[in-house]
Amino acid sequence: MILNIARKELKSVFASPMGWIILALLMFAFGTYYLNGVNDYFEVMSGAIRPAERYGVTQFVGQNVYGLASFIMLFAVPLLSMRLISEERRSQTLPFLFSAPLSLTEIVLGKFIGLVAFLSILIVYIALMLFTLNIWTDIDFGYILANSLGLFLLVASFSALGLYFSSLTSQPVVAAILSFIALFALMILDRFFAGDPSNTMAKLSLMNHFQSFAGGLIDTADIAYFVLFIATFLILTIRRLDADRLRG
Amino acid sequence: MNNLTVEAIELTRLYGGREVVSNVSFTVKQGEVLGFLGPNGAGKSTTMKMLTGNLAPSAGSVKICGIDMIENPKEAKALIGYLPEMRPLYKEFTVDEYLTIAARLHRVSSKNIKKAVENAKERCGLGHMSKRLIENLSNGYQQRVGIAQAIIHNPMVVILDEPTVGLDPIQIRDIRELIREIGGVHSVILSTHILPEVEIVCDHVQIIDKGKLVFNGGIDVLKRQRIGNKLLIGFNKAPTVGALLKIKGVTEAEVAENNMMRVRFAENTMPHEAIVKASVKNGWGLYQIAPDQTSLEDVFVQLTFHDAAAETEAEAEAEAEAT
Repeated sequence: MILNIARKELKSVFASPMGWIILALLMFAFGTYYLNGVNDYFEVMSGAIRPAERYGVTQFVGQNVYGLASFIMLFAVPLLSMRLISEERRSQTLPFLFSAPLSLTEIVLGKFIGLVAFLSILIVYIALMLFTLNIWTDIDFGYILANSLGLFLLVASFSALGLYFSSLTSQPVVAAILSFIALFALMILDRFFAGDPSNTMAKLSLMNHFQSFAGGLIDTADIAYFVLFIATFLILTIRRLDADRLRG
Repeated sequence: MNNLTVEAIELTRLYGGREVVSNVSFTVKQGEVLGFLGPNGAGKSTTMKMLTGNLAPSAGSVKICGIDMIENPKEAKALIGYLPEMRPLYKEFTVDEYLTIAARLHRVSSKNIKKAVENAKERCGLGHMSKRLIENLSNGYQQRVGIAQAIIHNPMVVILDEPTVGLDPIQIRDIRELIREIGGVHSVILSTHILPEVEIVCDHVQIIDKGKLVFNGGIDVLKRQRIGNKLLIGFNKAPTVGALLKIKGVTEAEVAENNMMRVRFAENTMPHEAIVKASVKNGWGLYQIAPDQTSLEDVFVQLTFHDAAAETEAEAEAEAEAT
């Protein structure tokens, strides 16, 4: 049942040219950065005289591409998540789901998985693009996999938050703006506490937890943070929809 | 007891302390079409939302084929097909795609989905629209898609909120036939503003006003109330009231508008022929004789304006149900 809803969401993304255009444009941006990274690698590395300053091509290009990806997702996810529930509210299609034999949890999880599945296409493409480096050199697969996992968790967290804000309003644009602001605040939170990295507030920052993945490190504490973040917002969304039923 | 498909037990719904629906109880049997009537804002849609589990009742409960909507929502919802007032259509899909999704979400097994979609399309006359985007369909066809969506999983209970809005007369006739057809096997609850429609398709009528049930009975009760024992007679040379009262069976006569006479006769008498004979004999110049129908609108207005009789009836019913 969850998968049926996810399927419906995916279908609706691809029913209009929007889905394809977003995929194409984002891949174009990532591809450009990838090419730039490859081009710049020799220039930068030949400038680095001391061996300690030199590092591998995977990390050099990967940093470039994944840095951009995490930043662009900050804009892309709110735009994709905004319509998940608020659009249904606006066109009054929610009763269609509510009167089907589905629990609210299934509806919310289905919508969440649908969006994450769409975004995962991008993550897979990025990884495949970086794997092509393997044709002419040995690359660090672990680094790319860690980054992919990190990006996946980051994007899933963005989606969960976007889904929640989408359930709050019947105006998709309002949902997009709200979730963008919230995500942006969470992203740059650690900048405010840069002087004191042990501060609890800095620990809340999404970016802070993505950093370890970006360095190629898979840390269970960070995974736990993302999973809890996702669970929190999904539960909030379910509760919000339940309030619809109770309060009308 | 086994063939009760819908049981609403003392449904009450509060919006901010105001009772929108108060203490509404009724049952629907299998193979019955229930018409739900009421002026705007009477609580029709709210009741329907509660029946389908879209809204939680403040008090009371709903049972679908004996399954409680609040305790086992999934099982209960699987037995219902619902078309809300605002059609829940995903306009970016084609008719086929949309109905496939509807079938899948209503747990039609995957090998039967294609058949279910074809069947629903055929019943709603959508066969030639399969590949069209719902967005591009006319209002009437969108409504048909809405109905197709509600019957696709062959539910025990079909709940339609104003199903014939926006349809042309031919489509309305088709949809009424469809409702009758579904009502033959399963149960249908429909709300409408169009009173003749109720007479045509429904077996049972409920009139709700200001959240309270003011009438609950068979359609024949309503019809009897409507036709009554009255005749409207047109004479060229109108006789006196006294002359008419002499005819056997006539209990009351009065002068009506346009030189007509309104005659009330006793139960189980047929004074029609006697009136015609008297007219011929006395040269009254009869040119029209017809049963005088109170329009259904009048009955409706009477009932919703808290007719004393109706209120006692509703009270008596409430008492009967309470015991």
